[in-house]
Amino acid sequence: MGAISQLAMLLFAPGFHGKQTALSPAGPQARTIEHTFLLIFWITAVVYVIVIAVLAIGVWRARIHGNELPPPQPANPVHDRIVARIVAGALGVSIVLLFIMLVSSYRTSHATSALAASSALTINVYGHQWWWEVEYPNKEPYKIVHTANEIHVPAGVPVTIHATSRDVIHSFWAPNIHGKKDLLPGYFNDLTLEVDQPGNWRGQCAEFCGEQHAHMSFEIVAQSPQDFQRWLSAQALSAPGPTTPQIAHGQQVFLSHPCVMCHTIGGTTANSRVGPDLTHLASRSTIAAGTLPNTIGNLAGWISNPQSIKPGCRMPPNPMSSTDLNDLLAYLETLR
Amino acid sequence: MSTSTVSPILPEAGDPKAQQLEAIWREPSGFIGWFKAVHHTTIGKRYMVTAFIFFLAAGILAGLMRLQLAFPEAHIMGPDLYNQIFTMHGSVMMFLFAVPMMFEALSVYFVPLMVGARNIAFPRLNAYSYYLYVMGGIMLFCFFFTNTGPDRGWFAYVPLSGPDYGPGKRADVWAQLITFTEVSALAVAVEVVVTVFKLRAPGMSLNRIPLFVWGQVVTAFMVIFAMPGVVVASTMLLLDRTTSTQFFNPAVGGDVLLYQHLFWWFGHPEVYIIFIPGTVIVSSIITTFSRRHIFGYLAIVLSVIATGFIAFGLWVHHMFATGIPQMSESFFTAASMMIAIPTGTQIFCWVATIVTGKVVLKTPMWWVLGFFFVFIIGGMTGIFVAAVPVDLQVHDTYFVVAHFHYVLIGGAVFPLFGAFMYWFPKITGRMLSEKLGMWSFWLFLIGFNITFFPMHIAGLRGMPRRVYTYGPGMGLTLLNQIESCGYILLFISVFMFLINVWMSLRNGERAPANPWGGGTLEWATSSPPPSYNFLYLPTVNGREALWDAAPNQPVVVGLHEDARTFLTTRIIDAEPEGTDEFPAPTIWPFLAAVATTVMFIGSIFRPVAVSIGAIPIAITLIAWFWPTRQEAARRRERDKWQKT
Repeated sequence: MGAISQLAMLLFAPGFHGKQTALSPAGPQARTIEHTFLLIFWITAVVYVIVIAVLAIGVWRARIHGNELPPPQPANPVHDRIVARIVAGALGVSIVLLFIMLVSSYRTSHATSALAASSALTINVYGHQWWWEVEYPNKEPYKIVHTANEIHVPAGVPVTIHATSRDVIHSFWAPNIHGKKDLLPGYFNDLTLEVDQPGNWRGQCAEFCGEQHAHMSFEIVAQSPQDFQRWLSAQALSAPGPTTPQIAHGQQVFLSHPCVMCHTIGGTTANSRVGPDLTHLASRSTIAAGTLPNTIGNLAGWISNPQSIKPGCRMPPNPMSSTDLNDLLAYLETLR
Repeated sequence: MSTSTVSPILPEAGDPKAQQLEAIWREPSGFIGWFKAVHHTTIGKRYMVTAFIFFLAAGILAGLMRLQLAFPEAHIMGPDLYNQIFTMHGSVMMFLFAVPMMFEALSVYFVPLMVGARNIAFPRLNAYSYYLYVMGGIMLFCFFFTNTGPDRGWFAYVPLSGPDYGPGKRADVWAQLITFTEVSALAVAVEVVVTVFKLRAPGMSLNRIPLFVWGQVVTAFMVIFAMPGVVVASTMLLLDRTTSTQFFNPAVGGDVLLYQHLFWWFGHPEVYIIFIPGTVIVSSIITTFSRRHIFGYLAIVLSVIATGFIAFGLWVHHMFATGIPQMSESFFTAASMMIAIPTGTQIFCWVATIVTGKVVLKTPMWWVLGFFFVFIIGGMTGIFVAAVPVDLQVHDTYFVVAHFHYVLIGGAVFPLFGAFMYWFPKITGRMLSEKLGMWSFWLFLIGFNITFFPMHIAGLRGMPRRVYTYGPGMGLTLLNQIESCGYILLFISVFMFLINVWMSLRNGERAPANPWGGGTLEWATSSPPPSYNFLYLPTVNGREALWDAAPNQPVVVGLHEDARTFLTTRIIDAEPEGTDEFPAPTIWPFLAAVATTVMFIGSIFRPVAVSIGAIPIAITLIAWFWPTRQEAARRRERDKWQKT
């Protein structure tokens, strides 16, 4: 049964190419880790099959039929001495195999951490209950880029995630690219990663962090270095001013409602970092930390009552008239 | 060598000595008498029944989780309830089922019988430990049913469980649950160590101690060394929460990782505290059903002891993702892989015993074969989590959930059901049905693998643990639905086991003293054992006391049987050393446990409850230890005689 299920694992594991899986690596580190994983998998699978086979054959040969329990057998010292040699031999082989896996583990650790030396870009990531604050530092303050739940990286270049938490412990995990790293309040942890090709991958918080731990994901968007630079310069800009009366009213709704207590929109007086920076909200593909696609309908539902979508989250319901909501949405749609 | 199914120690009907012993050792009767009981078989049975009830309760909570996870983005329950349920499941399974069952219940019942003693050392402390444990459990469920169940996971990491992010009383309830269970586990650990070191039958030198007893005494030492870690962690957490100390608050110089180190210093050995009793059950059952002495007794004893030591060097492998320097990670990887060596040694010795023995396939043995099949997978996936880079992928995912269920259910629950089938006749005097037992076994084995094997794949496919739901497009739906179906089989299996127990108690076949022809001393007395355990205290001539008994193996005579007298022996060679006297049944341990419970629960709400609550505890303890005139007189007599 165990062998069958291990086979089943082999059969339907590699055929899966998900956006959030350790089984289809999209970067050099996840790939090295997968090699170690497969090495350990094959060694343990073979050992398992041998041990269970020896046990099964042994039981089959040594079993007694009937309900009578025979008297205990006296030990056969000659026999036991031979068995002792076999046991010692099996143990020796096990130790050698463990040592092979140990060395492989060390080598992979070394290989994955070596990438840090050539890192070209540092991105600060701060964990929040239950979203990711992303910051691209720059020496010139007006060029610092803030975004949320979407981490753009140049493909083919090592990038360092410099991470900590603003509240409780979270864990940064994008399995297609690398293993996880905890975000600990009071500590900064660095995780260097590299994505091979442009594309999108999903990551998720892996350390239980409260009510909405299940809805705390992020997206890694790998772009060609040119596209990435273009994106970065666009993100550094402030939000455009309102161009129509409806949008102007939408902006007023934003600034006169509790929204402004938690969010930032560059170029306006909204300037709080409790919640995600919304300066370029419309350029992001999801809202509420990967919970919903960023569409007008979802956004409307989210603004009206976040608690029905993500119970326990920090954003309160925002009752407002339909005109106000429509205009607010029209304004938010301009934040490209 | 003889099978010794009949031994000279069995009492015969109407034997005047049996009547005299019965008069001295009888447990008090009546409703109040129930609370006065101190005999280890009475307390041991209560431990088993209580722990099993908690196992069922936590199992039902697991079913609720499987229901919620059977559908993506399900709204069967919200995150608040789900978080309470998974925290309760983990905490109840670990603190109210696994440790109390594998260590406390089994060792309280069987260690004194197996070493040939008439009671466990410190029987009143034993009763106290039981009441404290059951009251802690009742407290937890009372809070849970009033929507104040802990919801921060069974290891309650700070700062999530701290004062800033864990409002209400939920985390305090968790911390005090730990206090209840750690006090009772520590009490039993002390009793087991003293029982094994001082109360063994003459002749049971260290190299003749049954493997089951070896395992329990190693576990007892592990409890003694591991529990202080969690005592400190949960107490500091409670202080942070109730009296505003700032041990774990990084904003003012506290440290969140300190909590993890303290917790896992306990938490990793905890796994072996659960698993070592499982391995020694396996050793016992394999010996009896392979009809030969265990192969490699010394190797197995040394492996158990080595496991006990190495278990304290692995705790950091729960923290590989926290940013520990690479050098120290390497150390803990090596230590984690090293523990596979003693475990492998035991597995090879068991296989060797089976292969060279005459195997009788009764239900206990089937559960042991199931143990091999399941546990070894758990041991193998343990290598994945020991290797740092692989662990960084699978840590905190369903892969780990699968891994530790394979280890804990495989390493503890499979042997435990084997132990139930094996020792049920001894405890109740009735045989269980083999047929129903086989049904339970196969349903459990199949259901277990259907439930937990797909979790490995779910974890690799990116499903973190402790999520109350998952997205429909993540490729996880089918896996989770398979898992939930497996739960149904597990449920039916356990239900059939309960029916088996119920039918056996009603009109099961009467069990003889030694239905399986076992070799250890518990089989030397009647089933169930009388209140004095053995008519004559036995002596021991080999590792399997009954198999190796001489044709006229002597028994201990000449004890003053007018009180609960017992013989003490030396630690190494178990030569008689002196006599002492067990205390009589009394209500005071129960009252002391009530007073302690009031203090522990009070301290959740007001720190000052610790000071005020200490007064009734002191009163009950004084009454507990107050000697009677006759006891004091007998003690003076003994001292006079033993000093000369």
